[in-house]
Amino acid sequence: MCETCGCGDPDIVPIEIQESILAVNDHQAEHNREHFVRDRVLAINLMGSPGSGKTALLEATAVALGGEHRLTALSGDLATDNDAERLRAAGIPSLSITTGSACHLDAKMVHHALHHAPWDESDLLFIENVGNLVCPAVYDLGQQANVVALAVTEGEDKPLKYPVMFSKADLVLLTKVDLLPHLPGISVERIAAALAETMPEAAMIPVSALTGEGMGAWIEWLEAQRLETERLSALRVAAIGPPIVAGGHMKV
Amino acid sequence: MHEYSIVSALLDRVDDAVRLHGATAVHRIRVQIGELSGVETGLLHEAFLMVRGSTVSAEAELEITAVEAQWRCAMCNRIVARGERLSCPNCGATARLAKGSEILLERVEMEVP
Ligand SMILES: Nc1nc2c(ncn2[C@@H]2O[C@H](COP(=O)(O)OP(=O)(O)OP(=O)(O)O)[C@@H](O)[C@H]2O)c(=O)[nH]1
Ligand SMILES: [Mg+2]
Ligand SMILES: [Zn+2]
Ligand SMILES: [Zn+2]
Repeated sequence: MCETCGCGDPDIVPIEIQESILAVNDHQAEHNREHFVRDRVLAINLMGSPGSGKTALLEATAVALGGEHRLTALSGDLATDNDAERLRAAGIPSLSITTGSACHLDAKMVHHALHHAPWDESDLLFIENVGNLVCPAVYDLGQQANVVALAVTEGEDKPLKYPVMFSKADLVLLTKVDLLPHLPGISVERIAAALAETMPEAAMIPVSALTGEGMGAWIEWLEAQRLETERLSALRVAAIGPPIVAGGHMKV
Repeated sequence: MHEYSIVSALLDRVDDAVRLHGATAVHRIRVQIGELSGVETGLLHEAFLMVRGSTVSAEAELEITAVEAQWRCAMCNRIVARGERLSCPNCGATARLAKGSEILLERVEMEVP
């Protein structure tokens, strides 16, 4: 009851919250991150437009690594199991996350999938997000790094049109560069310039899954990230002791 | 369009506050949405009007404050103008997003009997 005038109206109470609307997702993402760090797994959130070459890149990555590291993949797909099937054929144990109408993965979907994939026995976990240059950028999954696949055929202004995605990228893979000879209007320099305006630590590697061009530089980048994973993991052990090897609830 | 997921997360959070304070209705929900948050304020508002109907927020008004993006040098704090490279011409350091990534629930105004 309104106590000021006794009019009988209920009080309107303002409650300050000042909290991210995505707090629940962020919390789940931190939980996933803990798992990855604990088990020394480098988790990569691979994003990009539909058809930008994400799956092809992972297939080529398996070839380029030639069994060097143990890989696992989760692939977000609206409706099919196609990408996970392709990845399994390429020798990467993979699981689809069928998102239905959702145009992005979120941390909870990833966590659920982790219970069904042998990710904790691997060194690298690739999370292929739903093909979409907008929504996936909004949701933290617990990854160590965001990689965006941008195909040379998509146009030079994509980083300026979709700044959110590129502002969150740790690396851009400029894919399908084998097509450049057929695209006289496309300049790699102009793409790089657009990235410099939207991506804080602009880093781009031109690659072709078809010819293998640039795969060496991409693998080197992954190796550097692996060192960072080792460092984070060692810090964690120093802070709270070694992981419990058996019986941790994520062990499959 | 992920604005529906954002609205559903928002209404869940509002619901928590409603239960905590024993409110009977929500009058106004105030949020901040950054230019580089990936959330479209127009779509968010539409999604809100579609979803609020079945909840304790059915009569609530959504007040959205749009926050302009601002990049600043991480070292010297110099503002990076629009269209400039995101590395500082003075010290070479990388810019950081000082404002514009908000997807923030600021406050809920509700009826408490
Ligand atoms: N020429 C050429 N074509 C490529 C290359 N990489 C991928 N492609 C082709 O591009 C198309 C899409 O490749 P995918 O790997 O399925 O792309 P994606 O990003 O995984 O697609 P979604 O998961 O559906 O979003 C296929 O027809 C590929 O053969 C490349 O390096 N060079
Ligand atoms: Mg794919
Ligand atoms: Zn979305
Ligand atoms: Zn500076």
